[in-house]
Amino acid sequence: MARALVNIPKTARRGDVIEIRTLISHEMETGYRPGPNGVLLPRDIITRFTCTYNGVEVFSAELFPAMSANPYLVFTTVASESGTIALTWTGDNGFSQTETATIEVA
Amino acid sequence: MRLPGAAALTLLLASPLGAEIRPDERRSDFHQMSPETRAMQTDDTANPGMLAVLDGEALWRAKAGPAGRSCADCHGDARITMRGVAARYPAWNAARGTPVGLAGQIDICRADRQGISAWPAESRERLAVTAYVAHQSRGMPISPPGDPEMAAARERGGRLFTARMGQLDLACAACHDDNWGKRLGGTPIPQAHPVGYPIYRLEWQAVGSLQRRLRNCLSGVRAEPFPYDAPELIELEAFLMQRAAGLPIETPAVRP
Amino acid sequence: MLVSLSRREVLLAGSAASFVLAVPALASPEEMNEAIRRFTSGAETKAGRVRLDLPPLVENGNAAPLAILVESPMTEADHVRRIAVFNERNPQPNVITAHLGPRSGRASLSTRIRLANSQRITAVAEMSDGSFWSGTADVIVTLAACIEGA
Repeated sequence: MARALVNIPKTARRGDVIEIRTLISHEMETGYRPGPNGVLLPRDIITRFTCTYNGVEVFSAELFPAMSANPYLVFTTVASESGTIALTWTGDNGFSQTETATIEVA
Repeated sequence: MRLPGAAALTLLLASPLGAEIRPDERRSDFHQMSPETRAMQTDDTANPGMLAVLDGEALWRAKAGPAGRSCADCHGDARITMRGVAARYPAWNAARGTPVGLAGQIDICRADRQGISAWPAESRERLAVTAYVAHQSRGMPISPPGDPEMAAARERGGRLFTARMGQLDLACAACHDDNWGKRLGGTPIPQAHPVGYPIYRLEWQAVGSLQRRLRNCLSGVRAEPFPYDAPELIELEAFLMQRAAGLPIETPAVRP
Repeated sequence: MLVSLSRREVLLAGSAASFVLAVPALASPEEMNEAIRRFTSGAETKAGRVRLDLPPLVENGNAAPLAILVESPMTEADHVRRIAVFNERNPQPNVITAHLGPRSGRASLSTRIRLANSQRITAVAEMSDGSFWSGTADVIVTLAACIEGA
């Protein structure tokens, strides 16, 4: 499993715009780079990222080889209710990883 | 972009080796980086090196070997027991009669305490545990140990630092003592203090060790790089840590 | 599997690779415009409302920090639906396409991208009324003097 670093506030007031910061270890091999033997290394990237808030998608993105290795994504969402925020990265070669965090909204 | 580099190189080749960096001018290469790269290092939520630190934390607690023993079983909470340790490495290992770097000490722990083989040089695991241990010293000044054996190792490292090497006939000191702050191609020449290893290097798109960086420099001057964990690389590291004494540890540092 | 290659084979493989890289290598501004037209389905893109921040000088093209902020109240009636980033000098014009909505609260996005070369980056935002707005940034990638394998 890839190592992920997720920062989501543990608490927020209802209506606050909260920032979600994510970092995941992944080489994001572009498919355009030759290996040591001169043959191009096959593409191996994360192609999709989604963020759900209590099961409802609030943010998603399609990623291309121009994204840096160890993709870093920062975006926002409105703290609407207490619950679970789930982040999922999927990609080439069956890559799939989900990280969850709980948030307390008062 | 190539011509200024070549011109700078000609200058380097022509100039005689000068003096060491004055202590009051000594500073981390952090200060030569762009504000964006500095921000990537100082914000733990943006620093990709923190992924290695987190990996290392998990490995620290993972039981391994025939005895099913983890680093934590002997050393406890790394945040306490490993604080300041990286600032004192490489250190003299009396039992083996040799200076040992931090990663080498992890190899020794694995062999002697866990009964398992060392992780390969530059493997994800070896870099991760080294990064985790070194991270516990972040902010602490580099404080090389006083053993006389280490003084001898440092002296050998210092001789390597000032020895002209490779087809370009360049010494480390020609760039990093005599011409730091100037530019080679588009990039500033750093003083080259090993304050933040293992580092996340944007060029590598990964975390790597000081030895990887030193081997880069050696192939840069068209010299045959010393193999990983060669005594010469440990001695160079011991010398560089003395040269950087007092500068705070930054692990995991980010460098371009 | 271990394969032993003669020096000649390695050299041949090397020249083959440079050939492969040299021909379809980099996208062009035209390809980028084509990718933008696909994103907008041919609709007009107006300049404005999209702030794209990239440092003018990047130390290493492997990770250039990028931040986007689109002017929008982000309400049910008036919000940003999508933001896409395009480049004109990488092998492929797309970088990232993000889907947002009123629950985003703010139309902002930060990430790090690869730049094969100095170039202009374009961000396009699709609003809930179907209009498209764009912002650009020019970046210079400085070449490192001492890179691995150089």
